[in-house]
Amino acid sequence: MGQVKKYVVGCFDDENVLFPAVKKVRAAGYKIQDVYTPMPVHGLDHALGMRETSLHTAGFIYGITGTTTALTCMSWIFTSDWPLNIGGKPHLPLPAFIPITFELTVLFAAVGMVLTFCYLCQLAPFVKKHHFHERATDDLMVMVIECTAKTNEEEVKAMLNSNGAVEVNVQEAPVGWWLGRYDRPSKLFKTREVAY
Amino acid sequence: MIKEQFEMTGRYKQWAYALMGVGVLALVLGFVFLKPTGDANSFGVTKFWAVLMHNSIFFLLITIASMFFISATTMAMGGWQTAMRRVPEAISGFVYIGGAIALVVLLGYVFGSQNTAIYHWKDAEHVAHDKVLNGKKGFLNPTFYSIATILVIGTWIALRHWYRKVSLAEDAGEQGDRSYFWKTIVICAAFIVVYGLTVGSTTPWLWLMSIDAHWFSTMYSWYTFASSWVAGLSLIMLFIVYLKNQGYLEYVNEEHIHDVGKFMFAFSIFWTYLWFSQYMLIWYSNQPEETVYFQPRLKGPYSGIFYLNLIINFVAPILILMKRSAKRNYATVTFMSVVLIFGHWLDFYQMIMPGSLKGDENGGNSIGLFLFDMGVAAGFIGLVMLVAGNKLTKASLLPKNHPFVKESIVHHT
Repeated sequence: MGQVKKYVVGCFDDENVLFPAVKKVRAAGYKIQDVYTPMPVHGLDHALGMRETSLHTAGFIYGITGTTTALTCMSWIFTSDWPLNIGGKPHLPLPAFIPITFELTVLFAAVGMVLTFCYLCQLAPFVKKHHFHERATDDLMVMVIECTAKTNEEEVKAMLNSNGAVEVNVQEAPVGWWLGRYDRPSKLFKTREVAY
Repeated sequence: MIKEQFEMTGRYKQWAYALMGVGVLALVLGFVFLKPTGDANSFGVTKFWAVLMHNSIFFLLITIASMFFISATTMAMGGWQTAMRRVPEAISGFVYIGGAIALVVLLGYVFGSQNTAIYHWKDAEHVAHDKVLNGKKGFLNPTFYSIATILVIGTWIALRHWYRKVSLAEDAGEQGDRSYFWKTIVICAAFIVVYGLTVGSTTPWLWLMSIDAHWFSTMYSWYTFASSWVAGLSLIMLFIVYLKNQGYLEYVNEEHIHDVGKFMFAFSIFWTYLWFSQYMLIWYSNQPEETVYFQPRLKGPYSGIFYLNLIINFVAPILILMKRSAKRNYATVTFMSVVLIFGHWLDFYQMIMPGSLKGDENGGNSIGLFLFDMGVAAGFIGLVMLVAGNKLTKASLLPKNHPFVKESIVHHT
């Protein structure tokens, strides 16, 4: 499981409360690791000060690779390896290569970007990561603040509470991912039962 | 208080008049050197009319593309462009004078000139012997041509006039009154149908494809539409950037610029797709009656323009406009707008000239004559500047009672 860190977790149920809270927590100098939301929240990445993703640059490189692969492969086959007379066309019929080149460009870019996305987000079968709150996929926006040796947890909790968090707690969680299954059963339904 | 009332500066007017002066000068010089009153099928007469047709059709199509921009975004409930929609509205105002000029040029050529090099189907004697043209006689004849042309331009003018009227009435009306908005939806729906049936199919057949009357392509109209649409979007972009630089359009920011840039990028690729679909099928099947279109363009005096066309209309936008930061940068989008307008002007040039000037060895491509084309184009640019600028002064730059104004202001890509 590797290194374990301490996090202060604050849950919000309203975007309009979340945004000012994010601003205040950042202004106070705490490091927000991430905000887990059940739906895309417009502008949250800007508010969190996250850098622009470089996924599209990767996509461009994969696409170029596909273009080059298709063109070199086909031109080698049709000029050196196995030249064929097809309908009296030249051996290097560029217009006829374009559709295949296009398809291979798209294929390389699409597959490459999906795999890169999975790698960046550490997503794969059996790869597990700590969930800070199970309702983060349902109706809560979960703000996770990383604690250092100097962080005063009580102060952070008080700050989150005063900024409208509906639930605040402190969790110790492994930093990376691990292989296998979750070692504890889901408590989602039990908490619900208590709540109602 | 925001600046929402545009006023043409002295320099803007000077530029417009200077460009129009260049256009008039080019026309006079063209008249002197090409002698359009001379021998009916001489090079000079053909070139003179071909240049007039090229520019009047091109500038009419790229300005009516603005009306299509308004219609498409209205029908798609695209609220993002509300803060800048007075710009395409003003540009589409060119359709009155541009339509009148195109009508005079096209009907002037069909009825006023003895020349038959551009439209062979005008020559009744020739058509009688020609099996192909005889078969197309019901469609390609002066009567059908002129009625269709008048109807097309008339409908564009009528719909654009009606749209503008409702749009201005909305400004003067009560805030929150949605009746104007519903009326624009009706007009825009009608315009999309008209646009699809004209620019999307029949009009380019009549005006442009009938120059190569023996040849036909089912891709042609879409290809013409894509060309004029990309150039039209670039024109909208240029006006937005100019107004931003003058301190107008306060609510338009790089988010809106980014979206118009996306349109320019995407439809450049769309244009290439259509260009290629037309080219590859003809190249592959290699039928003489089809390759006759590409023969003079690919081999001979026009081959330079043929490849340049692909470079500036496909390679340049895909490489320069691909990055997000490029579409949000005023300098890059301005540069690309100018490049794309010129590129598609050139695209129209190679649609019209090779078919018209078949007999000529140089294809009428010498620099002096190219300057004549450019001069007439400059005149049209000046006229577009003056007309669109004048329309911009007529109304507030922000359609303040439009229901999507807020959505446009908070727009975020």
